[in-house]
Amino acid sequence: MTEQAPVNALHIENVTMQFGGVVSVNNLTLDVPEHSIIALIGPNGAGKTTAFNCITGVYQPTNGLIEFMGKPMVRNYPKGKDLKNYLGEEKDKYRSLPVLSPTPDEITKLGIARTFQNIRLWKSMTVFENVLTAKHMRADQNVFSATFRGNLSEEKRMREETMELLNEQGLQEYKDELATSLPYGLQRRLEIARALATDPKLLLLDEPAAGMNPQETLQLAEFVRTIRDKYKLTVFLIEHHMDLVMNISDYIYVIDFGSEIAQGLPKDIQTNQKVIEAYLGVADEQ
Amino acid sequence: MTEKKNYRPTILLIAGLLIFVIILENIRSVFPWLPQIFDPMSPLFTVLKKAAVYSLVAVSMNLLNGFTGLFSLGQAGFMLLGAYTYAILTVPSELKDQVYYLFGGCAFQFSIVDFFKGIFGAGGAGGAFSMVLGCIIALILAGTVAGFFAFLIGFPVLRLKSDYLVIATLGFAEILRAFFQWQRLGPITNGANMIKGFPTFSSFNITDGSGRTILQLSTFIPFLVTTICIAIIVLLINSSYGRAFKSIRDDEIASEAMGIRLFSHKMLSFVISSFFAGVGGGLFAMYVANAQAKAFTSTMTYELLLIVVIGGIGSVSGSVIATFLYVACSEWWLRFLDSEQYIGGFKVPLLRNGFRMVVFSVVIMIIVLFFSKGIMGNREINIAALLDRKKTGKDKAKK
Amino acid sequence: MEYVISVLLSGISVGGQYALIAIGYTLVYGILRLINFAHGDVFMVAGLLGIYLTAVLPIPVSLPLVIVFTVLLGFTIERAAYRPLREAPRMSVMISAIGVSYLLQNTATYVTGGQPMTYPTIPFLSDTVNVAGTQTKWVVIITPILVLILVTILSMLINGTKIGMAMRAVSKDFETSRLMGIKINLVISVTFIIGSALAAVGSNLFFTNYPAITPMAGAMPGLKAFVAAVFGGIGSIPGAVLGAFLIGICETIIKGLPSSWDVSVFSDAFTFALLIVILVFKPQGLFGEAAADKV
Repeated sequence: MTEQAPVNALHIENVTMQFGGVVSVNNLTLDVPEHSIIALIGPNGAGKTTAFNCITGVYQPTNGLIEFMGKPMVRNYPKGKDLKNYLGEEKDKYRSLPVLSPTPDEITKLGIARTFQNIRLWKSMTVFENVLTAKHMRADQNVFSATFRGNLSEEKRMREETMELLNEQGLQEYKDELATSLPYGLQRRLEIARALATDPKLLLLDEPAAGMNPQETLQLAEFVRTIRDKYKLTVFLIEHHMDLVMNISDYIYVIDFGSEIAQGLPKDIQTNQKVIEAYLGVADEQ
Repeated sequence: MTEKKNYRPTILLIAGLLIFVIILENIRSVFPWLPQIFDPMSPLFTVLKKAAVYSLVAVSMNLLNGFTGLFSLGQAGFMLLGAYTYAILTVPSELKDQVYYLFGGCAFQFSIVDFFKGIFGAGGAGGAFSMVLGCIIALILAGTVAGFFAFLIGFPVLRLKSDYLVIATLGFAEILRAFFQWQRLGPITNGANMIKGFPTFSSFNITDGSGRTILQLSTFIPFLVTTICIAIIVLLINSSYGRAFKSIRDDEIASEAMGIRLFSHKMLSFVISSFFAGVGGGLFAMYVANAQAKAFTSTMTYELLLIVVIGGIGSVSGSVIATFLYVACSEWWLRFLDSEQYIGGFKVPLLRNGFRMVVFSVVIMIIVLFFSKGIMGNREINIAALLDRKKTGKDKAKK
Repeated sequence: MEYVISVLLSGISVGGQYALIAIGYTLVYGILRLINFAHGDVFMVAGLLGIYLTAVLPIPVSLPLVIVFTVLLGFTIERAAYRPLREAPRMSVMISAIGVSYLLQNTATYVTGGQPMTYPTIPFLSDTVNVAGTQTKWVVIITPILVLILVTILSMLINGTKIGMAMRAVSKDFETSRLMGIKINLVISVTFIIGSALAAVGSNLFFTNYPAITPMAGAMPGLKAFVAAVFGGIGSIPGAVLGAFLIGICETIIKGLPSSWDVSVFSDAFTFALLIVILVFKPQGLFGEAAADKV
């Protein structure tokens, strides 16, 4: 192989997600180049989280293709009842190709980790256990070796790596506290730490700054950059905080009512008329 | 850097407990003047045996319901499978015709104990060894059969949402019960009749040549088996897999997003829980000295569930404590409520047959309603920590 | 042929009796998302009340009284055992329901002394009638008619009255209904009252056919009625009724198969097999609505 063109960590093509008669994501196409920080923004209900759920396997998109690291990961086309009611485009583009519909855990195993908009930490577990449990997927063990302590070095390695992650995030002093007893900002951090524990290549952050004050938001921006560099990650995030988005994104996609309305560099998006209208609304034409 | 648990005090305590059980059940043969309660036939030992058996099943249920958050009510069905497997495998060949007389003998002539007797000899130490080995293997197979059925049943039911899982597992237990009562299976299951004649707990008592008991072990055996099984469950719960189970209980969407395969982990928990329920079923057959399908009703599962709730959903030690309290109350301490009692010539009202269970259910309702965390909540008794605290307490006192 | 008719007739009547219990399950599940395990035992207690009350009072007085007391029991159970757990996890409420079931069974054992009790002969219902050449009891004919009448009244209540509207709203969205000012507790009480009243009527019909009542007599019909409710799509009244008729008929057919096949032992098991099949292939039941989880 000769010198490669920059690889897209994530490539989304014609993805449409339709629930009954509602098109939540409409023919979305976007690229997330490796090692970049890309943002997906849009007003409430624009379909951002639905797009994330399609990428992470929570939903199977009605139509479209999602590639991860250059390989097709999710692919579908409308069939049966969905086809009859289909309101999107490109309904036949993927028909000749096999359907790919991995489960969320398979996608995580490929190297995509996520956080949740409404924090989903394991509430009965301590901070330490939350991160340690996320290491379960990649542990070299089976239920017998784990139960009968056949592979103590593996457990030790997991615990050490967990501690490392916690130290790095400044969470070490809380390690034995219940995850849900942490302040909000730290819970968000812990969710990121937990996602990192799965050794991802691509990190999806669903509104990481929600509920944070400006100070914390600023720290978060710094933090996202740091982990991107340290773990050679690609970051794809949904966010409402324009400060954060404009501060850290390399490139921004804007969607409204499921469809893309703009894309570009932060400074272009800031002045884009369509985006401003989507966020502030337009005067009713009467 | 990470907490290193000290297991030694726990192991020592449990070993001590087991030795204590042996001493307890033999003490009256050394000191015959001790009160009646120390007689091996007294309610004390009935309670201890039954509680030992039930605590294993309760803990296995807790693994599934408490630690994995899968609300299943199929426990009685898996116990039934275990009990029958154990019974069918261990009834001695020469007794089979007698037990299965209604069906003209048994279709399954193999007896695992006889098989080993063929190898190690039938008399003396060889016979004893054959029986112990046969029983151990039969118990393991009892668990395996239950686990295997759980595996088959798991495919359809583990994909169901919580309430439907409850009713589907309950239904499976009922289906199993019907199957084992089917006359057509009579030559194997003895139809609706009981299978008996297999080795029970008292078969483990050591006797001398004349048949006189030298060493009682009939209470020790269930304690030993249960202890080993619960120890394995505890090891599992504290392993990486146990953490994965707990994560599924807390938030399965998050678990899946962290790469934990929901279905296979649920299946694992279901199969392991059923395995131990099957072993518990085998022990139960040993305890009641028979195996009969109609004993394994949904009421039995409800009872076990209530034990788990009383002990605290998600606490192994809670389940064990609750089992002993529950069995002691229902079999012994509250017995007096079932017969007429007089306090100085005054007849206590209401007391007659069945009153015990009414009082008992009221107590359970009070616990369910007002102490929903049960005895232990989701904590465990940590013996090492208890000792530590005592030590530090003493150190402080010295200063 | 006559045999077939008699099997079908008794199937329909058993189905009708299950239907009356199943409505109680489906209403409660629709609103509280609770499998009310105690409902079958309420049904059993109604049977016992029938025995004790008819022993001391004339039938025209005692039968309405049975309904009144059963309603009172259902209402009290909800008040005492479910309402305190309104904010608790759903599983706690189910455990409480199992506890209530245990309590009712044990109390019944205590009161009856554990002996099977004989249900009184109710004139007219127990009288025999000749249908298409088969002798059968009037109750067999009355049951399906009565069920249809009661279901029609219930549908009118649910679709046409204010409280019925409130019930529908609560079963659609508990929290929002509460925010909209619907008196949740009133709605739930009404649900339990309706369910218990129907169970009382059902028990009267059921035990006229099966003369002995044991403390466990409610458990199995209860579970079957629940299966019927799931089969029809939990929360849907027509679904529950249809499911109950289907289960009742299948069960009597299995019981009526030649005794040399030895399959009557599967009459209960069949219901559960049916349940598992339906749960696997159409989890929302015949008339249920699929609900989506939000991530």
